[in-house]
Amino acid sequence: MEREQPGMVIVGAGECGARAALTLREQAYGGPVTLIGAERHHPYERPPLSKALGPACDGLALKTIASRESLERVGIALLAPAEVVTIERAERRVRLADGARIAYDKLLLATGATPRALPMAAGLDHCLTLRTFDDAIAIRSRLSPGFRVAIIGGGFIGLELAAIASVLGVEVTVLEAQARILQRGVPDEIAAILHKAHTDHGVRIRCGQVMASMTETARGVAIRLAGGGLVESDLVVVGVGAQPNIELAEAAGLAIDNGIAVDERLRTSDPHIFAAGDCCSFPLALYGGRRVRLEAWRNALEQGPLAALNMLGRDESYTAVPWFWSDQYDLGLQVAGLVDEASDIVRRDAGDGGVLLFHLAADGRLLAASGIGSGASIGRDFKVAEMLIARQARPPREALRSPEVKLKRLLMSASGS
Amino acid sequence: MAWVEACGVGDIDEEDVIRWDHEGRSFALYRSPDDEYFATDGLCTHERAHLADGLVMDDVVECPKHNGRFNYKTGKALAAPVCVNLKTYPTRVQSGKVFVDIG
Repeated sequence: MEREQPGMVIVGAGECGARAALTLREQAYGGPVTLIGAERHHPYERPPLSKALGPACDGLALKTIASRESLERVGIALLAPAEVVTIERAERRVRLADGARIAYDKLLLATGATPRALPMAAGLDHCLTLRTFDDAIAIRSRLSPGFRVAIIGGGFIGLELAAIASVLGVEVTVLEAQARILQRGVPDEIAAILHKAHTDHGVRIRCGQVMASMTETARGVAIRLAGGGLVESDLVVVGVGAQPNIELAEAAGLAIDNGIAVDERLRTSDPHIFAAGDCCSFPLALYGGRRVRLEAWRNALEQGPLAALNMLGRDESYTAVPWFWSDQYDLGLQVAGLVDEASDIVRRDAGDGGVLLFHLAADGRLLAASGIGSGASIGRDFKVAEMLIARQARPPREALRSPEVKLKRLLMSASGS
Repeated sequence: MAWVEACGVGDIDEEDVIRWDHEGRSFALYRSPDDEYFATDGLCTHERAHLADGLVMDDVVECPKHNGRFNYKTGKALAAPVCVNLKTYPTRVQSGKVFVDIG
């Protein structure tokens, strides 16, 4: 199979790749668009895999971004499951595992990330990771009252899964190597609120724990801790971060820097190849061009379409404020901006046990915000905070601190800055 | 036609939204910057968050969960992840009260 007219080829059919393909058509691009996905499913939303509560599998339906039929209707060829094995840059084409070659005018790499594996867990049957719909089903189909799950890593994936499992009556133990959960990017106070929610639901969280060994037992896995102690479980889920899928790009000689390195227009070191989403690192204008790689849903959702525009010859820069959220039990957490850039925190009581933290630079500029509250209760104020961050505003501390001051009013006064 | 009294005109701040539950259904009631009143279904069409927790700017409400945006006057879904429009309901103001035709 070799196509006559080279068109747009997108490797990766997750949120980022799918949104890019749809954008090409929305922009009335008339050439061939090929979307190549590694999974057997059509493009779907990943967040519910770790966030949606509900009775085991029944609670989890594939949340469709675009069905095969709807893609076909707009002339997007979805190849899934399919694997790209090589980028032939000189000929401007990709080669698939089945030998097929597809020529491109522009290529987008939206290859995502892969959960980091634990060497210690190699070969263990009852040790899983969570990234795909099939992963989620494999885990959730086993969760039932009295079942024992050990979760390695007190990060977002692990804690969200802990919440789902404990609500289903599963005995959950979370093992975290750091001194507290969510050490990276979440302030102490918010991490403590989540920690308490978990222990209130019967989840055992053990921080500062280094594992000495993992061994298969008759029923599951036994984890021996370096400090002594044994954690026995029926299932282990490893959530210790993810690595960007850079292999294709690296083999093709593209620049790599903690991910596929792109500029603010999401171009790689090859002008015909773009990269977006979890797999790429890019400069953030708002933070002096600091290069970051974000594993976040909104980042994928926004970078895909932006890359598509630039593939069509536009000249758009990615200037968004990094943002992510997590849902655990009835608590909603949000973080916007880069928390670690700030030197000072102003706290605002969000009512009903909720809290908003504003992370300020020494000169008073709002660099980041983080918050937690029941449901979506902090959503409105948080959106305002995000807009203030984007505007590089220096809001008065007193106004940030006082719940009686409507945050929205600060937008008016910041509009000129 | 089923007009129901929903709230007083002063119960909603200018350019803001409140939640109104009626007979098991949840609505969002808006007051525009031009002091007009609008009503839509209360839950986002993406993942059922209450839009009343969202931010209203001009004609737009943004969902507090995942930032889907709707024009609350027309119900039109404006930005991913939302793609299904929001149902809207006629409103009228009478004697300082906002009435909604819940159909």
